[in-house]
Amino acid sequence: MKVLVPVKRVIDYNVKVRVKADGSGVDLANVKMSMNPFDEIAVEEAIRLKEKGVATEIVAVSIGVKQATETLRTALAMGADRAILVEASEDVHADIEPLAVAKILKAIVEEEEPGLVICGKQAIDNDMNATGQMLAALLGWSQATFASEVAVEGENAVVTREVDGGLQTIKVKLPAIVTADLRLNEPRYASLPNIMKAKKKPLDAKSPADYGVDVSPRLEVVKTSEPAERKAGVMVGSVDELVAKLKDEAGVL
Amino acid sequence: MTVLLLAEVNKGELAVDATAKAVTAAAQLGEVTALCAGAHAAAAGEAAAKLDGVSKVLVAEDPSLDHRLAEATAALIVSLADGYDHIVAPATTDAKNVMPRVAALLDVMVISDVSGIVDADTFERPIYAGNAVQTVKSKDAKKVLTIRTSTFDAAGDGGSAPVETVAAPDGPALAEWVEDKVAASDRPELTSAGVVVSGGRGVGSEEDFKLIEALADKLGAAVGASRAAVDSGYAPNDWQVGQTGKVVAPELYIAIGISGAIQHLAGMKDSKVIVAINKDEDAPIFQVADYGLVADLFQAVPELTEKV
Ligand SMILES: Cc1cc2nc3c(=O)[nH]c(=O)nc-3n(C[C@H](O)[C@H](O)[C@H](O)COP(=O)(O)OP(=O)(O)OC[C@H]3O[C@@H](n4cnc5c(N)ncnc54)[C@H](O)[C@@H]3O)c2cc1C
Repeated sequence: MKVLVPVKRVIDYNVKVRVKADGSGVDLANVKMSMNPFDEIAVEEAIRLKEKGVATEIVAVSIGVKQATETLRTALAMGADRAILVEASEDVHADIEPLAVAKILKAIVEEEEPGLVICGKQAIDNDMNATGQMLAALLGWSQATFASEVAVEGENAVVTREVDGGLQTIKVKLPAIVTADLRLNEPRYASLPNIMKAKKKPLDAKSPADYGVDVSPRLEVVKTSEPAERKAGVMVGSVDELVAKLKDEAGVL
Repeated sequence: MTVLLLAEVNKGELAVDATAKAVTAAAQLGEVTALCAGAHAAAAGEAAAKLDGVSKVLVAEDPSLDHRLAEATAALIVSLADGYDHIVAPATTDAKNVMPRVAALLDVMVISDVSGIVDADTFERPIYAGNAVQTVKSKDAKKVLTIRTSTFDAAGDGGSAPVETVAAPDGPALAEWVEDKVAASDRPELTSAGVVVSGGRGVGSEEDFKLIEALADKLGAAVGASRAAVDSGYAPNDWQVGQTGKVVAPELYIAIGISGAIQHLAGMKDSKVIVAINKDEDAPIFQVADYGLVADLFQAVPELTEKV
């Protein structure tokens, strides 16, 4: 079974985000970029399926700017077999919306015919949490989102999902879309030899036009602003002082 | 303008708080029809009919809608979508599962986690773990939104909207429910509690997490946790607060042994009063805390439990 894993290049999760003074967006120039952490988990899961003999080939796909090649090389170094870059913008500040991404992925899925697509549950930049579900809708496939455990059993995948009330296990018919949550696995680091080897793995470059998809946004970004700041608080010296403050000053006890 | 609101229904019961908060947001957009779907949803429909701002309730009961599987629930919503300008739901895990699927089936973009409504087409939402707020204007004919419940007050109850039943469309059964692992708890629900006590990696073990729970119980609070505490097995996944866990905004949030990573702050920094207890005086959590106490939690927490 072939497994397809979409990966996104995003601001590194350790970087403190700065909103541009003119409200036009977030400053991404000269900022450390990495693979979206949830997508790393998705790549890792695909590799584990391959190590178990369930997956036969792992194809990583990234849709974005040319620099996403680095993200794909990371996926290849971790263990993906080949990669497809769909260069959808030249502007590093442009974010291709989940709907357009899902449409491109749908076309790639129709070409590649994977038995399973594993996405990250959300990208830590736009925090949309949508691409996997949208892809499942466009393909008419089932979806198992927010996965913390995945087992492929014959024609089905049995997936445990992290939901508001705890955990839910569902069985979805393959082919299906799984989206990875934080506790699905701990992604490996690529070793130096594997990073070298990844440079020789095949990477195809495509454009949205190759798939007949219009990536123009449906949502116009009117402005981007700083969130409300919290006022600085006070330090207390003891539990007694804390209790007194909470009772008398804050009135919350 | 007309709004179809997917009510939050769990095992036949209406999750009143989440639904009522989404109703407040939806009512700013137009006339609200609440949809209660499930294997059993009639009782939830009765409860939704009482919410102020709901002008009609649709009840869809069908075995295929049990456990709110995304495929059947999305198909139902799409079958009803024609008459509505907006399709809205509280941003619960169920709705985050279903609504993007609905949006794609309608060929529109989903707008997730809406924290403010500017006008019928324009919405505010947090991005980058809440480090920025984006205002977006939708060019789509229909808008599909999930609502960040922590930023809207719950609608009251005094209404008596008419209730109608609707049928679920037929479709292939692509997914099947196997089991739920839900821990029963007498504590208030995390996302609606007035007080939340959260523990982090500093608590050190599942055993010692009882200290956090004891303080919570004394205060009648819900219990939360950082990702590190959940990953380490000290606390169950549904206690996680943060960018990718639950978003809470209680009157009082007490963070214990939590460093204050941006991903955690994303889920709690709209709380009214924040208390931090941490032995490291440089912990970033102190930058958002109204009251900070530099102390060893193993001494401070039992003492606090005794004195509140
Ligand atoms: C994609 C992604 C998503 C994430 N989503 C979330 C999320 O939703 N929620 C979330 O919480 N995190 C999330 N994280 C993780 C986040 O980055 C931090 O790693 C996590 O919040 C740290 O948890 P912590 O504060 O409990 O642990 P630590 O950072 O290890 O902090 C432990 C704290 O305990 C204090 N401490 C230790 N012992 C004691 C003692 N005896 N008494 C008092 N204080 C003590 C220490 O001084 C320290 O400040 C996410 C990360 C990524 C990459």
